[in-house]
Amino acid sequence: MSQISLGMPRIASYGSGNLFATESFPHAAHRDLDNAQLRANLGHATGTIREKRLKVVAELPDWEELREAGSVLKQQVMADLPRLLVQLEENVTQRGGTVHWARDAQEANEIVAGLIRAEGATEVVKVKSMATQEIGLNEYLEEQGIAAYETDLAELIVQLGHDKPSHILVPAIHKNRTEIRDIFLAEMAGVDPELTDDPRQLAMAARAHLRRKFLSTKVAISGANFAIADSGTLAVVESEGNGRMCLTLPETLITVMGIEKLLPTFLDLEVFMALLPRSSTGERMNPYTSLWTGVTEGDGPQNFHLVLLDNGRTAALADEMGRSALHCIRCSACMNVCPVYERTGGHAYGSTYPGPIGAILSPLMTGIEAEENNSLPYASSLCGACFDACPVKINIPEILVHLRGKDVDAEHAKRKLPSQMDVGMAAARVAFSSGRNLALVEKGLPLGKLMAGPDQKIKRLPGMAGGWTQSRDIPAPPKQSFRAWWKKEHVPTPDTSQTPDAAAESGEDG
Amino acid sequence: MKIALFATCIVDAMFPRTAKATVTILERLGHQVLFPATQACCGQMHINSGYFDDALPVVANHVAAFSQGDYDVAVAPSASCVASVKHQQPMIARHCGDADLENRANAVGAKTYELSQLLVDVLGITDAAAQLGSYFPHTVTYHPSCHGMRLLRLGDRQLDLLRSVGGIELRDLSGPDQCCGFGGTFAMKNADVSSAMLEDKVKSIEASGAELCVGGDASCLLHIGGGLSRKDSGTATLHFAEILASTMEAPVSVSGEVELLTGRGRS
Amino acid sequence: MSAREEILDRIRAALSDQPAVPPVPRNYRQTTGLDAQALVELLVDRLVDYKANVFVEEPDGVSGRIGELLAGAGRFVIPPGLPVGWLAFDAEPARAVVDHPDHPLTVGELDAMDAVLTCSAVAVAETGTIVLDGSADQGRRAISLVPDHHICVVPVKSIVGILPEALQRLDGTRPLTLISGPSATSDIELERVEGVHGPRRLDVIIAV
Repeated sequence: MSQISLGMPRIASYGSGNLFATESFPHAAHRDLDNAQLRANLGHATGTIREKRLKVVAELPDWEELREAGSVLKQQVMADLPRLLVQLEENVTQRGGTVHWARDAQEANEIVAGLIRAEGATEVVKVKSMATQEIGLNEYLEEQGIAAYETDLAELIVQLGHDKPSHILVPAIHKNRTEIRDIFLAEMAGVDPELTDDPRQLAMAARAHLRRKFLSTKVAISGANFAIADSGTLAVVESEGNGRMCLTLPETLITVMGIEKLLPTFLDLEVFMALLPRSSTGERMNPYTSLWTGVTEGDGPQNFHLVLLDNGRTAALADEMGRSALHCIRCSACMNVCPVYERTGGHAYGSTYPGPIGAILSPLMTGIEAEENNSLPYASSLCGACFDACPVKINIPEILVHLRGKDVDAEHAKRKLPSQMDVGMAAARVAFSSGRNLALVEKGLPLGKLMAGPDQKIKRLPGMAGGWTQSRDIPAPPKQSFRAWWKKEHVPTPDTSQTPDAAAESGEDG
Repeated sequence: MKIALFATCIVDAMFPRTAKATVTILERLGHQVLFPATQACCGQMHINSGYFDDALPVVANHVAAFSQGDYDVAVAPSASCVASVKHQQPMIARHCGDADLENRANAVGAKTYELSQLLVDVLGITDAAAQLGSYFPHTVTYHPSCHGMRLLRLGDRQLDLLRSVGGIELRDLSGPDQCCGFGGTFAMKNADVSSAMLEDKVKSIEASGAELCVGGDASCLLHIGGGLSRKDSGTATLHFAEILASTMEAPVSVSGEVELLTGRGRS
Repeated sequence: MSAREEILDRIRAALSDQPAVPPVPRNYRQTTGLDAQALVELLVDRLVDYKANVFVEEPDGVSGRIGELLAGAGRFVIPPGLPVGWLAFDAEPARAVVDHPDHPLTVGELDAMDAVLTCSAVAVAETGTIVLDGSADQGRRAISLVPDHHICVVPVKSIVGILPEALQRLDGTRPLTLISGPSATSDIELERVEGVHGPRRLDVIIAV
């Protein structure tokens, strides 16, 4: 290893593109929490999908064994990533595809635009892809005079509404049927003005709108859910058939994929195709999964390009505590069970990746000091629901805490004067690192009664603690702490089985 | 059995009655309770806030306090603090490169139990009315804490103990597995989201129609209780230890400043 | 340095701690152990749950069933290697249009077809999944995608219990399509709507 290390970049290579919270999470959340419609839509949608997931997961007697296999397989992929990537490249190339490597968002965008121009195309159809969302491909192509049409229903809703996705699986989860009907009426050329807000009617309007595009567009862009190293096979998991349309009908297919999406062998799909649909849409299996290997004569696109994207993934990989965030298969189960996401929605996280996984993935890929990404690891009560739901057992709460530690260290290195939090934590360190100190603090606590009203409640505190009292009282402190009571008043139960001096020892001050 | 009580900082300072109730229960069962006097806090607040360096002396103090003294097991009336002792303390020692502290922290963690774990798994309590004389003629609803559910996997231990209390009436809580929004400094750093979570929890507690919301973590109860109090709700919060300690002869008072008569021979 | 070299170098540097990985514990089920009859019942249950129309037929009933299902249809596309007997119902063979590798139908021609009739490679009972692998009795991917009505025959011998059994039977390098019910979306308020871009009607004939 040391020999290879000589030519190493010394600084972690962080990602660019749509990976940043541009305002701090509490500020963004404050705004979104005020949107009653948004909260109602999110509460309904996440509640529905949570129930579906629990039901189909409970059907499998070997769910935990599948999760464990998925977790270890992904660890194996990360540990063996250079070899597996090269193997994938060899297999894709051998079967008629072309592999490109992109260090960051800009490089990936340039590669894709160049490939489209080489085909002489000015428009492309797209199947929903987190990677292209992350690199801001649509915006880049627009600057280059290339129109990119999103074909997934929710992505179409977001694109027509000049909006941003708020969920990685159901990007328009923040919109209800009436809002979607209004977007279609305003933005969809040739739509029936009598369109109602019935989901079936809305879906049929999207079908009619996209049909011509599917049948005539020469270039398609996709992401990939999995790439099989030992065969060079790519997989796209979907529901509507827009994926099959894009992957089958155009002459040229360009797939943009993060380098972490690998699986070692074709048979490993037996684990991930059991985990993914149940975790994401709460189905036993999604309606359509397409698998293709390079180019097949007479079947599907005859030009295939695979763009392998780093964009901060290697920076995440370098973080020993955080690297398992790269195991993520983008199922979105963590956001569906997250009480924070449920109330704020995805926009508050800023990045393409919202929810618990986004709160760790974004800062890992960009560095904790980038923009407001250091506010993301705090966007969690650490309730642990995400870890339980994760099909590949990413310990999200543990990584959140790890990143909070990195943030505190980074802030300390930058700051000359301690923050209010620093002062509080330093005081608490002193109080909490000896029984004597805590006893002294506790002696002063009854003074808190002075702050309490006649009803023995403290209703308003200054500074950071004011966050607490904005919605919560604090009871007036007791007259006497437990330790004071124990020392002065506790009379141990006589117990003949114990040695007589045990009680004395137990009350002794250390 | 000699049982070392880890009161936890929040119970020690703010809810002494919960620790007294824990002592009462264990002494009623004939066990000897010790209180290692140098104990203070598990360090969870520092750790979860990212202040690992500040956490180290707190963790070291806890490990030292519970590494000495002759006791069989340690117990705390808090799932969250027990989870921190078991999982976070060794992590902090490792983070700070102190292998000796890590080993000792693991040893302490292995002997430390949450109260319902100790009662059910070690002491074999399945019927609180029969084995502890627990009697509590009130309607209650039970909120399982996130850390009890997901870090310690307590399952129904606390609820089963409550069900076996004489005179008690349990009411179902909707969305029991939903976090109340406490999360330590989260309640202050993300006060708006935390408050929105609390609002929903308070609504489901009130909808249960119970007089009391019972749980096993004083921090969650402080949070939920603070929300109920702000709404001038008639519903209050109570730790399950206090319900187990309550008997027909020495009932826990549930109105006004709750003071439990604890320890035999005391008033 | 090329992007390829640089990325590979970055990865090696990131892994300089040489993480140890345990062997993959494959303690999940490799088979359901169900007999053929139970597999058919499970597959039917799962397909119906996802709003496919399912028919179980003896070998000599397949053709008649296909005829019934195509009753209202005009022209329909078939792959080059479809068993000839399946079309015995049709007194007017001109309705069936073969998509031949030497003269494939254009997308426009496919779009004008009322239906498509194919066989299938493997079916997974527990998830109600049918796999097409582009063999001669299934054809290239486009023919089972563009027409709005897909009639798919599942030979009983091709039914397995769960995915590990199915993958064993498949060649990963062929173009594969896994189909579980008709196309669907849940993008609007998580309410499932069957039939979007893929065939809106999926008829499955299990040939026992």
